[in-house]
Amino acid sequence: MTLHAEIRVARGEFDLSLDLTVEPGEVVALLGPNGAGKTTALRAISGLLPLGDGRIALDEEVWDEPPRTFRTPDRRPIGVVFQDYLLFDHLNCLENVAFGLRARGVDKHAARAEATRWLDTVGLSSYARSRPRSLSGGQAQRVALVRALATSPSLLLLDEPLAALDASTTLHVRAELGQHLDRFPGHTLLVTHDPLDAMVLADRLVIVEHGRVVQEGRPTEIARRPRTDYVAQLVGLNLYRGRASGNTVSLSEGGTITLAEPASGPVHVAFPPTAVSLYPEAPSGSPRNTWPATVTGIEQHAHTVRVRLTATPAGPTTLLADITPAAVADLHLSPGQPLHASLKATEIHTYPV
Amino acid sequence: MSRRSRSTIGRLPLVLLLPALLGLAFLLIPLVGLLAKAPWSTLPSRLFSTDVWDALRLSLLCATAATAMCMVLGIPLAWLLARAPIPGRGVIRALVTVPLVLPPVVGGVALLLVLGRRGLVGQHLDAWFGISLPFTTAGVIVAEAFVAMPFLVISVEGALRAADPRYEEAAATLGAGRWLTFRRVTLPSIAPGVVAGAVLCWARALGEFGATITFAGNFPGRTTTMPLAVYLALETDPDVAVVLSLVLLIVSVVVLASLRERWISGLR
Repeated sequence: MTLHAEIRVARGEFDLSLDLTVEPGEVVALLGPNGAGKTTALRAISGLLPLGDGRIALDEEVWDEPPRTFRTPDRRPIGVVFQDYLLFDHLNCLENVAFGLRARGVDKHAARAEATRWLDTVGLSSYARSRPRSLSGGQAQRVALVRALATSPSLLLLDEPLAALDASTTLHVRAELGQHLDRFPGHTLLVTHDPLDAMVLADRLVIVEHGRVVQEGRPTEIARRPRTDYVAQLVGLNLYRGRASGNTVSLSEGGTITLAEPASGPVHVAFPPTAVSLYPEAPSGSPRNTWPATVTGIEQHAHTVRVRLTATPAGPTTLLADITPAAVADLHLSPGQPLHASLKATEIHTYPV
Repeated sequence: MSRRSRSTIGRLPLVLLLPALLGLAFLLIPLVGLLAKAPWSTLPSRLFSTDVWDALRLSLLCATAATAMCMVLGIPLAWLLARAPIPGRGVIRALVTVPLVLPPVVGGVALLLVLGRRGLVGQHLDAWFGISLPFTTAGVIVAEAFVAMPFLVISVEGALRAADPRYEEAAATLGAGRWLTFRRVTLPSIAPGVVAGAVLCWARALGEFGATITFAGNFPGRTTTMPLAVYLALETDPDVAVVLSLVLLIVSVVVLASLRERWISGLR
């Protein structure tokens, strides 16, 4: 059983056109910036938004194929965890979890017993009689998860499942969610704008920008070989496009980068910000890939400082460098300051466009 | 805190304060007069006379039945106005509120023309089912429902608009159809609005006079509700009118107290 979705939705200026497949047991993350169309895709698959064109089918079972076929959400074998959970406040936790079973015709006692068992799997059986309003964010998320899982759906859809949590609980809840997704035998589609959630939870990433798929693949592949600036920024790499000839790449934005290993043709050039060093004066011996550069921004990260530079005309237009706070102090860094940036050729990774 | 509020009052312009106090007095003094004129010594015996008791019983029965009728018809109508993608919704909403501003007597006349024995619908009701509404207790209920229903519809529609439709979407993804979703998710979430609307509707029905006397007439025990009885008594025995009015006043105050500020939020 494979979920095939060819989603075509037009809403005013915005049009969404993306193809997705999800295999059984697979967790696919739809990752993209706000407004990329991720949630629209999730609503189309769940049946909350009819397709304009295209087709959604689970194997031979067609869910939506305009203009002939449309199954309403209640007739699709799905479970949805919404961003702000949407737990029913007039029902207690047990009744919330039992709701889907009751709606699908399970009798009251069996539904309650099953819901109790589900609450138990997330350690919340003692909260069965509590109102959702009285739960913490992490607890509410778990109730929302088992409410969606209780009907044994073929497809589990999660819309930003960790976005409503505060930072201190996210780590724990993410790990726990990962365990539940591992155990879930059906298809899982996760929508998120957080690369960490996607990398940790998903087997495969589908990256969406402006309503289109721009890259898809395994998380390790994406982290090593980003194909768009957005993805490069997500995984924290410097990324350029250019044309390689021997050991030199002429960047499409201007400037050149020298490679340690030869390449040819149109390539992506990627390297981590830690591969860039900064000097107040041109380093002696003037190695390759050293450019005069100007500081355009400084950001404090956990234990490093990320410096944004411009190295035109000889090097890249924008360049990120990670340096230690001690180095910041030594260099007396400030915006507009002229420096010299040097890039280690051995840390550059090139791959075809 | 208290000093600040006192100084604020001190700065209130007299040109506003004076009419405001007059307005308050204008609203309250008639009620005080009612209390002052009440025949307290003979009150118990008058209160438990069969005439008063019959009128009160009939009033409560009819107002409650009218409210039930308004809920059965009015809640779905409110849902339609709030949620269904129907053309000309603004016009329909305006039409629904017409009985609010229409003089009740006109409503009664309209009901007679439509549901009377020779009326548009009434002649068929009479011919096919042998049902005749005018000048019956059922007629009282219909007249009261006609006048009171807008209160319920407006209140419930407001509550529906304020309710987050995404909960209904969540219910749909859990396998609930439209009707189940309405019963188990929508209705409980708008319950305060429904209660507020129903109480307003009931209070309006209880006090209904014009449409009732026009459409249902004045037959003691059958169509003479409290307001009609008050009006009648005023001509024959004013003391009884005062007693009946007191009873209605107490019922109104109890309704108001039970609602507190809630009906305001229900209407918004």
